[in-house]
Amino acid sequence: MKFTLSWLKDHLDTQASLDDILYALTDLGLEVEEVVNPAARLAPFTLAKVLYAEQHPDADRLRVCRVMTDEGERQIVCGAPNARAGITVVLCKPGDYVPGIDVTLGVGKIRGVESHGMMASERELELSDEHNGIIELPSGEVGQKFTDWLAQNRPGTVDPMIHVKITPNRPDALGVRGIARDLAARGLGQLKPLPVPVINGGFDCPVRVQIDPALKAKGCPHFAGRMIRGVTNGPSPDWLQQRLKAIGLRPISALVDITNYFTFGLNRPLHVFDAAKVKGGVLRIHPARGGEEFLALDGKTYTLRDGMMAISDDAGVESLAGIMGGEHSGCTDSTTDVFLESAFWDPITIAATGRALKINSDARYRFERGVDPAFTLPGLDLATQMILDLCGGTPSHIAQDGAPIDTTRAYRLNPARVISLVGMDIPEAEQRATLTALGFSLDGDMATPPTWRPDVLGEADLVEEVARVASLTKLVGKPLARTTAGVPKPILTPLQAREKTARRTIAALGYNECVTYSFIDEAAARAFGGGQDAVRVENPISSEMTHLRPDLLPGLLRAAARNQARGFMDLALAEIGPAFTGGEPGDQHLQATGLLVGASAPRDPFGSRRPVDVFDAKADAEAVLAALGAPARVQITRKVAEWWHPGRSGVIGLGPNVMATFGEVHPRILRAFDIKGPAVAFTVLVGNVPSPKVKTPTRPALTISDLQAVDRDFAFVVDKGVEVLTAVNAALGADKTLIESVRVFDQFTGEKAEAQMGAGKKSIALTVRLQPVAATLTEAEIEAVSAKIIDKVKKATGGTLRG
Amino acid sequence: MDLTELRGKFIEAVARAADESALEEVRLAALGKKGEISAMMATLGKMDPDQRKAAGAALNVLKDEIDAALRAKKAGLADAALNERLKSEWLDVTLPGRPRPQGTIHPVSQVMEELTAIFADMGFSVAEGPQVESDWYNFDALNIPPEHPARQEHDTFFMHRAADDARPPHVLRTHTSPVQIRAMTAQGAPIRVIAPGRVYRMDMDQTHTPMFHQVEGLAIDRDISMANLKWCLEEFCRAFFEVDRVELRFRASHFPFTEPSAEVDIRYSNVGGQLRIGEGDKWMEILGSGMVHPKVLAAAGVDPNEWQGFAFGMGIDRIAMLKYGIPDLRAFFEGDLRWLRHYGFAALDMPDLPGGLSR
Repeated sequence: MKFTLSWLKDHLDTQASLDDILYALTDLGLEVEEVVNPAARLAPFTLAKVLYAEQHPDADRLRVCRVMTDEGERQIVCGAPNARAGITVVLCKPGDYVPGIDVTLGVGKIRGVESHGMMASERELELSDEHNGIIELPSGEVGQKFTDWLAQNRPGTVDPMIHVKITPNRPDALGVRGIARDLAARGLGQLKPLPVPVINGGFDCPVRVQIDPALKAKGCPHFAGRMIRGVTNGPSPDWLQQRLKAIGLRPISALVDITNYFTFGLNRPLHVFDAAKVKGGVLRIHPARGGEEFLALDGKTYTLRDGMMAISDDAGVESLAGIMGGEHSGCTDSTTDVFLESAFWDPITIAATGRALKINSDARYRFERGVDPAFTLPGLDLATQMILDLCGGTPSHIAQDGAPIDTTRAYRLNPARVISLVGMDIPEAEQRATLTALGFSLDGDMATPPTWRPDVLGEADLVEEVARVASLTKLVGKPLARTTAGVPKPILTPLQAREKTARRTIAALGYNECVTYSFIDEAAARAFGGGQDAVRVENPISSEMTHLRPDLLPGLLRAAARNQARGFMDLALAEIGPAFTGGEPGDQHLQATGLLVGASAPRDPFGSRRPVDVFDAKADAEAVLAALGAPARVQITRKVAEWWHPGRSGVIGLGPNVMATFGEVHPRILRAFDIKGPAVAFTVLVGNVPSPKVKTPTRPALTISDLQAVDRDFAFVVDKGVEVLTAVNAALGADKTLIESVRVFDQFTGEKAEAQMGAGKKSIALTVRLQPVAATLTEAEIEAVSAKIIDKVKKATGGTLRG
Repeated sequence: MDLTELRGKFIEAVARAADESALEEVRLAALGKKGEISAMMATLGKMDPDQRKAAGAALNVLKDEIDAALRAKKAGLADAALNERLKSEWLDVTLPGRPRPQGTIHPVSQVMEELTAIFADMGFSVAEGPQVESDWYNFDALNIPPEHPARQEHDTFFMHRAADDARPPHVLRTHTSPVQIRAMTAQGAPIRVIAPGRVYRMDMDQTHTPMFHQVEGLAIDRDISMANLKWCLEEFCRAFFEVDRVELRFRASHFPFTEPSAEVDIRYSNVGGQLRIGEGDKWMEILGSGMVHPKVLAAAGVDPNEWQGFAFGMGIDRIAMLKYGIPDLRAFFEGDLRWLRHYGFAALDMPDLPGGLSR
């Protein structure tokens, strides 16, 4: 919402400075977004008088002038043809910045004669394009500020434009008068009266109006208008044009400019039809059947849909009700008979139509927020008067159908509640005065909101009005008491605590945590098991962001590819965040994903660099699981999703419960995402890691044996496809009391191994630690356990002890 | 040979020995099985007891003395050998240490933990809600009926709705406020929660991204007022921005779910592109807030005649930018390694109040 200071002062009698007004606006909730003050750049200039002017000794076209200024007589060399004795001029002194020529003046010497400043033309001060001579003012005193002179004589040129952001609850502030009312309530002046003229219609309106019964209840409860015959349309007066231009509107013609003036001045959108173009003498307000074509004033043709509100004559649709008039019946300079419309439209219907047709007009903006239903007829009369004043003509009686809706309602004002909610001691008398100033009527403790405030719908709204007018800036903070005595308890839920643990662990493992978008492109979503319609965003902002991500990996792979394109080939990226399995609330779960690409380390003198592999990812997955308190004994299966390398990836689970997946990313995915080099990853499903069963911080007792443990190594020859975990578990099962641990310490595979041990074979080596419980083990006892281990492993793997 | 002579001979031989093998020869010659002193020891048996006692003691003294000399010499030789070896053991210690990966925490995560630490101290716990929301939770329950203009201003992302499903489409939550409803419905009143998380708006330009982060705050009790809200936010800002003086400006505004409503600006200065909180003459909007609307309380099953309180919603990315001087919002979600390293935090940089939030 834009307006100018002088426009505001039409409604507000105030002595307040511009700064005070701006401060109050923002503080009242009418946030000032921008102020354009044309006076600012003219501030240094003062009036002066030319005492005499003589020919420059060395230049035909220059004159040397003696000028009386506020600082005494000065000599100024001037090239303007009208520079002569006796005229009042605008003086720019050395040191002043002259906007039109973009120069800061100094004391100059022009052809050997000193010049102390200049006398400005209109163009040099950016007042107009006039540059035939210097400004000659018809009045004004030496030393007077030029801006003051302009304010008195040409106020439009120095009228500050104020742009405020109006929240959707305040349609009344979409008119200058509503803003003036707020300022008056704040104490920044008096709201001037707005007398509604009595229009004596000389004849019955030749255009009748008729609201379709379907719309009378909801849609268009009240439609009014009148004809003004014999108007002369043409450019509107300068002051009106200047105001419209100042707020960014293009003056069109007096009739159209008047409707805009009412839209912005009084939040009363109007429409003018050229009555000569209305066919059949009846304007019908009716729901569209659907399919009607309509050429609007913006030059575009719209196809109406079933139920949209239209105003039609015998020839068809002439106006899209409350949103935009039609080109066909619009007023032009040749219009002589005008039908002026003032109506009340249902906000919801207007909003739906405007949205469907994507028309943004000042009328729609106001009607969908709610104009004053009681101001339909006064607005019509006020506008009629303005047309009569500016365009002449004779008015008809009013033609109308329906009646203003009754919005009367009252809410109890509880002054104590105001104090308790706001925490500010506002005396009851002040509360009542505020509401009265805003147009509320008070009857005992019941407050009836004014008709222009559709947003006031309860007691809490009264509190808000009182508080904002009193100024929330004055609010003094008051400590919030603690809810419990003593040391606060932890507040994170177990899952929140785990999310934090996972994040910190992953960063400690060397990953750079990313936050990537929750939505990804369809191809990426499909590659990771998503992309269904249920997770599709109906109105995506780009084709890269069409589907909720089923997994965190695609986002990280895209980030990795971007980094590789910038020359960073080795990456450790991670994200801890939601992935989506469906489109219902709650179809999301927390993933912690790490992605390693390229080499494990930079090149260095120690040969640390090697390509990342599955076991890097596995180690990191295990570290995260351990940090989350997952049990040590887990199952590893190969039932991985299709975006993992089928032979080089695994699932860490507990029975059917999948806790994590790790492995190489499928080469086809890497190609699709344009990743160079090897890439391995892990995903931990944080919520699937079971909570520790023990809830106490107490640790179990530590049992340490004084007896020395014994390590025994075993090597087995097994088929290539045998998984070493089978051997480890078999060995562990050989003696559950004596065997403390089994570790894999070597494997020998490949061509050389097969040459030695036979085709399709490999060797694995285990070290088994035996911890005696009662007494030191004898050699015979050790031999017995070893035999059992060998036997178990052979049985489980089908292998042999390596000789 | 008398003992004095013998002593002189061996002590000198020890001193002369140039290396370990020469020294060993001396040891064998003196104390070895066939050594001279051992040979003399062997003669003791033939002596009478008195003679044996005196000669034996003297021999033992001599034996110990030579043994000590041998050991001292041996240690000296070892030291010399070690010194000699160390001379060859030179490495270029300016070579780099072995590479160790340096992980980082994203600023959004860090700031969420900072927020949590501060609000936890004020008695708030952390609530969560789904990011795909029903329009009831995202709008209706928050007093934004279907045709409310505020709904249009939310730039909402809608989820696809199957043709045979008559329900209104779900939305990607446009704010964290629906968590207010979920938390109050689940816990009732009194309640104090914050709800940090991802939110979505259909907006993408220099300063907007279609996804960003908000933290919601909610405090409901019997007598909580807007003055408490102001205190709470002042305390938060002072702790979060780690400056003693913070000045907030409460500006009346409008949100359908709070009444009265205020937007909150923080005083700051911008000196050469560096933002400083708590000084200067500029104001930056950091959050929206207000007293929870009675209809919102009622929608969540809390009796507005009995309970009242405040709510606020603050942009996490925005306050992160403000605190840490991060210029561009869009870069938050790019995953540029240089950015992650520069603006990220070390894994062990865990914000807490006793140790201070930032290092």
